[in-house]
Amino acid sequence: MRRKTGKKFRILFIGAYHVWLRNALVFRKNIRVNLLPPFIEPLLYLGAIGFGIGAYITDIEGLPYVRFIAPAILAASVMNASFFECAYGTYVRMYYQKTFDALLATPITIHEVILGEIFWGATRGLISALSISIILLLLGLASPVGLLLALPLSFVAGLLFSGIAACFSAVSPSIDTISYPATLFIAPMFLFSGTFFPLHLLPWIVQILALIFLPLTHVVSLIRGLLTESTDPLWALNITWIVLGTIVFSVLAIRLFERRLIV
Amino acid sequence: MNTSDSSLPNQVIEATGLIKRYRELTAVNGITFSVTKGELFGFLGPNGAGKTTTMKMVQCVSPRSGGELKIFGEDPEFSGRNIRKRIGVVPQETNLDPDLSVFDNLVMYARFFDIPKSDAEKRALSLLEFFELEAKMDTIIEKLSGGMKRRLLLARSLMNNPDLLILDEPTIGLDPQARHHIWEKLLKLRAEGHTIVLTTHYLDEAARLCDRLVIMDHGNILVEGSPDELVRAYIGMDIVETDNTDEVSRYLNLMNISFEIGGETIQIRTDKPRELANILMDKFQGIRVITRPGSLEDVFLMLTGRRIRE
Repeated sequence: MRRKTGKKFRILFIGAYHVWLRNALVFRKNIRVNLLPPFIEPLLYLGAIGFGIGAYITDIEGLPYVRFIAPAILAASVMNASFFECAYGTYVRMYYQKTFDALLATPITIHEVILGEIFWGATRGLISALSISIILLLLGLASPVGLLLALPLSFVAGLLFSGIAACFSAVSPSIDTISYPATLFIAPMFLFSGTFFPLHLLPWIVQILALIFLPLTHVVSLIRGLLTESTDPLWALNITWIVLGTIVFSVLAIRLFERRLIV
Repeated sequence: MNTSDSSLPNQVIEATGLIKRYRELTAVNGITFSVTKGELFGFLGPNGAGKTTTMKMVQCVSPRSGGELKIFGEDPEFSGRNIRKRIGVVPQETNLDPDLSVFDNLVMYARFFDIPKSDAEKRALSLLEFFELEAKMDTIIEKLSGGMKRRLLLARSLMNNPDLLILDEPTIGLDPQARHHIWEKLLKLRAEGHTIVLTTHYLDEAARLCDRLVIMDHGNILVEGSPDELVRAYIGMDIVETDNTDEVSRYLNLMNISFEIGGETIQIRTDKPRELANILMDKFQGIRVITRPGSLEDVFLMLTGRRIRE
């Protein structure tokens, strides 16, 4: 019985790997334009907010402001890269390019297609994390060991945000309606997850809501811990939310796409 | 007696009372058909007849709502992956990868069948040659003409060396040159022993290509047979076509000759086309009279009616 399940999982991941490979191949074809945003955007944020506005801000929790927001910029780019890939990218592949139709005519199943998409979204997040790590390392804004440890964490966080995005993509009636989660969920999350100011400045009820509903809070808190070599007292909660969220949203995304496409 | 053959069934597809229901719509209403190895089998019918839905069930993409379906003797409900491994599909809507080159499209597609890269590259080259696309190997998809995209889709569907090829409207939207090119390739594939199932609403295409076909409408199969058999059975005679004027129809009614009106023309089925044509030409000066053998198109229109389909 266990052997059979093992074989099933192996087939599932081989299929997902091939879907991932297809996306990676397309990414490589347009690599120059694809690598521009993950390098430029963090530089803009660090420059304008970190060094610019940061000059007027006193140390936060014993950290210069630019060092305080550096981990948050890394976490937020992982979120953005993964979310937009699996919201818009996935939708375009499903609806406009009919890539999923082509895939489903091969031995690949819908489960493998969506799993491959989520892995690919996480890979986009990892690519962003990697490029920002290089910048932070060169500017001496983070602990090198911490950056190294932040990479696998970024990939897992990428899975989480990809899974969430895929759920929205699966239920969106058109590409325009993906703007709802992008503006009503991702944009506020970018600002209110302890990214640009510590969470404890907010009223306690908002703090609790952020911990429940804004997964970026947990990612920022863990990455800040690694990059500044400190420990947040809520680290266990952070990890639990990310791991459980990844599983729940990935499974939900697969179910939702199945309902939409297998008719 | 050789019993080992029973493990290799000659029936590639066997459908019995196959049903597909969507919420309020019955798209396929209990159809029964079978496709034999090496055959080129056609599904003919107006838009919305249920052809594509049937193909989706055969491809193991869409689960059936009722009835029996066996592909290679296996049930799509339980062996979808195994069946799809042995099927090649040309979809109605192009779904090539627009960002990839012609060659990369083929090689990447083969990876989904777990075919090793080096084997895939070899096969891609030989298929590009067969479909006369070698020169376009490194071209990006959006630079291809409609005919080339179709040929590439056909090449892609053969990457896994399928035991069954399913083509959904293979020549839709193509110019006559491109259509003839595709037909030529399909006949060559059939001669090589491939089992091919196609849907079309082009009657000339069906008449020219299919060994056997069914005509579908409103989710039902109306008739089944070879193109010649169907013409013989349902038309059986020649057709005299003439202008649709009041005088002609009044005369035909008077003479008790049955006819059918199709827009501007009157069509009369007759076993004496010459005599009838002569009478009409003598009687009505200056009208247009054409005699011709009955065709699959006559069968089709007779069975499915002339009303326009949405």
